[in-house]
Amino acid sequence: MCGTCGCSDKATISVEGEHHHVLADGSVVTHQHDDHGHSNEGHSHDGHSHDGHSHDDHSHDGHSHDGHSPEAHSHEHTHQLPDGRVIRHHHHDEAPTVQLLHDTEVRRIAVEQDVMAKNDRIAELNRVRFGANGTFVINLMSSPGSGKTTLLVRTLQALKSFGRPLAVIEGDQQTSLDAERIRATGVPAVQVNTGKGCHLDAEMVLRALSKQALAPGGTLFIENVGNLVCPAGFDLGEARKVVIASVTEGEEKPLKYPDMFAIADLVLVNKVDLVDALGFDLLALEQNVRRVNPKALILRVSARTGHGFDAWLEWLTTSAVTPPPPAVEARPA
Amino acid sequence: MHEVGLAQSIVDIVREKAADGSFRSVKTVFLQLGALANVEPEALLFGFECARRGTVANDATLQIKRTPGTAVCAACGAEVTVQTRLDQCSACGSGQVLVMSGDEFRVTELEVS
Repeated sequence: MCGTCGCSDKATISVEGEHHHVLADGSVVTHQHDDHGHSNEGHSHDGHSHDGHSHDDHSHDGHSHDGHSPEAHSHEHTHQLPDGRVIRHHHHDEAPTVQLLHDTEVRRIAVEQDVMAKNDRIAELNRVRFGANGTFVINLMSSPGSGKTTLLVRTLQALKSFGRPLAVIEGDQQTSLDAERIRATGVPAVQVNTGKGCHLDAEMVLRALSKQALAPGGTLFIENVGNLVCPAGFDLGEARKVVIASVTEGEEKPLKYPDMFAIADLVLVNKVDLVDALGFDLLALEQNVRRVNPKALILRVSARTGHGFDAWLEWLTTSAVTPPPPAVEARPA
Repeated sequence: MHEVGLAQSIVDIVREKAADGSFRSVKTVFLQLGALANVEPEALLFGFECARRGTVANDATLQIKRTPGTAVCAACGAEVTVQTRLDQCSACGSGQVLVMSGDEFRVTELEVS
């Protein structure tokens, strides 16, 4: 999101190898934000309240309400229109009586459209493409500093011996540092910088895919932006969602960020080599995960020592041939 | 902090609806927002203030109808409503409830002229 005015969080997204700016509607622009603040100073509404009376039947365009208090509204009052005419009307408890006919009628139309539909459509497109290519896709999410990249580097090093093709899409606000760490393992990586944006969305993944050919039958890891809030809401087209919680973060993380833990297929508890030094209560963390997500598998790992990696690698290889779990759980009898 | 992008998606939906020329301006955008959706209403309203400018929704207000989530208790089988993913079963007090719905986030109606 633009730090100045909050407009268009897609304005500064860059995929390595691209230099333009793409807006949500697909148009390509170059713009700068220095000269258009959206402060409230120019249009204060202080001084009159609209509470308690309905303005449904007349437009406010072109005439000012300055100078009349809410009290004055409770009975008959007048408005001067842009063309000079003066109208007089009452505000009763019921609908106001307005002595002016509009040329167009206000009406309601049904829409019933999901706001996430655009992202979900593109995610489905990604999923079809992954399916056709036999690519197993993991969306890796966590807070910053949980050890996502370190865990990924060790995982890739181990998986290389299995012979399956590997690829990585790296999401970060800025820099290509993580993609460089991944490439050092010999695995191809595309960095997506979200600029002021807080998460990857399906369209960014689609664009990144155009930069990176996926060998058939491989595994693609998408390392999301470090953030335990926003990425939970955005389907990227992945087969599995993996959430990493490290023991340096505290046992209550799943309760503080339930949306993220609720959608996880697998929760990796990382940095378990530090449990003793921190006096961390692993059972309490796992209990909290269960509270928001009774279905998720939980594995304890250390990306530094390799502890627990056998189980994690086994999950990766067995999940790759298992279809994703159904979206809707069967109700208990 | 992704609400500005979501507000942009709402305006996109309105613009698509307006593309056939059946209305010239939008007065109200009615939205259903489930209690468990990943959306902060205040931030969404702020985002909408920016996203609507210069579009067919320029003069529109966003009216958000919050709806609760629903869940089935794994312990007693009761169907209950929930406001958060941490709610306990209102029938038996169990913490093990399976969320069935609550992440709705949809434009339901437009008031247009």
